[in-house]
Amino acid sequence: MNKVIDIGQYIAIAVNWLTDNLKPFFDLIKNTGNTSILGLEWLLIATPFFVMIALFTALAWWKSGKGVALTTFLGLTLIYLMGFWTETMETLALVLVATVTALLISVPLGIWAAKNKFAAKIIRPLLDLMQTMPAFVYLIPAVLFFSIGKVPGAFATIIFAMPPAVRLTTLGIDGVPKDIVEAARSFGATNRQILFKVELPLATKTILAGINQTILLSLSMVVIAGMIAAGGLGERVLEGINNLDIGLGFESGLSVVILAIILDRITQGFVNKK
Amino acid sequence: MDKTRKVKVKVEDLTIVFGKQKKQALKLLDEGFSKKEILEKTACTIGINKANFEIHEGEFFVIMGLSGSGKSTLLRCLNRLNEPTSGKVFVNDEDITGKNNKELLEVRRTEMSMVFQKFGLLPHHTVLSNAAFGLEIRGEDKESREAKAQKALDIVGLNGFEQQLPAQLSGGMQQRVGLARALANDPEVLLMDEAFSALDPLIKAEMQDQLLELQDTLQKTIVFITHDLDEAIKLGDRIVIMKDGVIEQIGTAEDILTNPASDYVKAFVEKVDRKAIITAGSLMFEKPTVVRFKKDGPEGALRKMRASGIDILPVVDLHDHFFGFVHINEVIQSAKRKEPTVEAIIHANVPTVSKEVTVEEMLPLISEVRSPIAVVNEHNRLLGIVTQTSLIIEATKYNEEEIIELKEQANNQ
Ligand SMILES: Nc1ncnc2c1ncn2[C@@H]1O[C@H](COP(=O)(O)OP(=O)(O)OP(=O)(O)O)[C@@H](O)[C@H]1O
Ligand SMILES: [Mg+2]
Repeated sequence: MNKVIDIGQYIAIAVNWLTDNLKPFFDLIKNTGNTSILGLEWLLIATPFFVMIALFTALAWWKSGKGVALTTFLGLTLIYLMGFWTETMETLALVLVATVTALLISVPLGIWAAKNKFAAKIIRPLLDLMQTMPAFVYLIPAVLFFSIGKVPGAFATIIFAMPPAVRLTTLGIDGVPKDIVEAARSFGATNRQILFKVELPLATKTILAGINQTILLSLSMVVIAGMIAAGGLGERVLEGINNLDIGLGFESGLSVVILAIILDRITQGFVNKK
Repeated sequence: MDKTRKVKVKVEDLTIVFGKQKKQALKLLDEGFSKKEILEKTACTIGINKANFEIHEGEFFVIMGLSGSGKSTLLRCLNRLNEPTSGKVFVNDEDITGKNNKELLEVRRTEMSMVFQKFGLLPHHTVLSNAAFGLEIRGEDKESREAKAQKALDIVGLNGFEQQLPAQLSGGMQQRVGLARALANDPEVLLMDEAFSALDPLIKAEMQDQLLELQDTLQKTIVFITHDLDEAIKLGDRIVIMKDGVIEQIGTAEDILTNPASDYVKAFVEKVDRKAIITAGSLMFEKPTVVRFKKDGPEGALRKMRASGIDILPVVDLHDHFFGFVHINEVIQSAKRKEPTVEAIIHANVPTVSKEVTVEEMLPLISEVRSPIAVVNEHNRLLGIVTQTSLIIEATKYNEEEIIELKEQANNQ
């Protein structure tokens, strides 16, 4: 059958217009992004591996207890011994930058959607779209805007990982008991005071659950972003696929899983402590 | 109510419409359509329909009505948690409805504090920090606000619980924190929306007593919502009864019980234990026939008894000071002895009550002698008498069993 409606064409036109006209803007983002990712990467790699392992183990112990601390210690040691330390740190840097950026955007967006019915009406379908669109598709505009490398990798990751943080922020704020908000209002609290003294503290647990989701989604997307030369474990996984090297594929994949488990358990620890 | 006291809160023609087509709804309301019709026509709910009332300084003002009658809406207009659609609200003669956002916050921060049915405490803050919340919002520094909060906690009897979290306290204690939070701000007006409804009866009674005590010492103006008539009667100086957003009646408990303004109010108050509300003042027989001491001798007394058909009469002096009662058989004896006054036969050792004493409190005074009870003012001047028959009828409302019980009780004395 022939194409009757060509939505793709319009999207392409829009993306092309953006790349043509907002080049300085994208360049600025690219430079800032690169600086922060590479900076963090350098820091993580320059720190001796045993110090990193000790730090992570301590953090796990503090927030999530002995069991998780042991898992963390063994997992990271295994990664080191398999020879994937540098790649893992690269991936971690990308995940951290992408997550922080995603949160900087999604938490305010979630608050806005909770406060404003109109905003919620626009944001909700957008989130549905973002979550169901196959992840690979995000790589295309990412490359068009930023060519290949770490920044487009982070860009695709941010878009892919944002929705749960937005949703859970909205959910958390909507879930704050109305009588508590009302009480604050009756004592003359401003909207700002209500947000910072009542709503955000009471929604913290839910918001943290969203942050946990975002971190895990970032990690899975960062691997896919290996396809556009984002570096790290993703590229090694891809290498394994391309060369049909089952050993390499398994080891790098296992490193991803270990990193995911550690990040998940530690952030869960933050959630449960609340 | 003491009419000389300052008007603290004044509500003028206050109407609140919920919904989009407010103008349309107001117009229909003016044309006399009912709440239900307006809802059908415009999808707007009439929260309050042209309310007018004044609350005096230090008054305990109770709002009553069935669920959905607009009690909360009315209360929340006083600090504009609900925006009036039309009409005015004055607090200390200042029009609240005309205030801008900043001035409004100031009013909420300093002049009125609210206590909620579900407490509305911050679960992640300690009791002390919760009690200091209003002051924190106001921007007071930690030291001063915690000192004030501590004082408020002491007042409500929560000394020693400062560092607990709300969830660690019972409902009654949580509401004390809510009350302390309101008191810490030292507002002139307390707004309490079913503050005690969530508490079990014993705790509730305890809290009511405490609130009355507080009211006595702190002299706050309190606006209190309840749907418990007994609570309203116990606490309220005046009670307003609402129905469908309309104020049906405003008055003292006794006004409302003795002169219900409508069938709705009547139905509303029927279930109450009247014994605890009806006072000597409303039950008494005013301007009774009296024997004037010195002026009336036994002969005069006898004539008055014959004329009125009453065989026990109160004796007073020219200025109505009450001396006691004289009984007909003794008056006859005295007349036979040709005594100049009734002095020798006065039963001076009889109980007297003030106007405020309730039927319930007068019941123990019922005696075999059947002497009426004299109602006197603070200078011992006779205001009226309550006969035992009327007392018994009022107390029992014609309930046979209770009458018999009371008679037995009287005979055993
Ligand atoms: N925000 C609102 N939006 C629409 N309608 C409302 C709103 N608040 C109250 N109403 C309506 O206004 C009317 C009065 O409600 P209100 O809450 O004042 O009643 P109430 O007497 O306090 O009842 P309750 O005893 O159940 O607390 C009801 O018909 C209610 O449905
Ligand atoms: Mg209510």
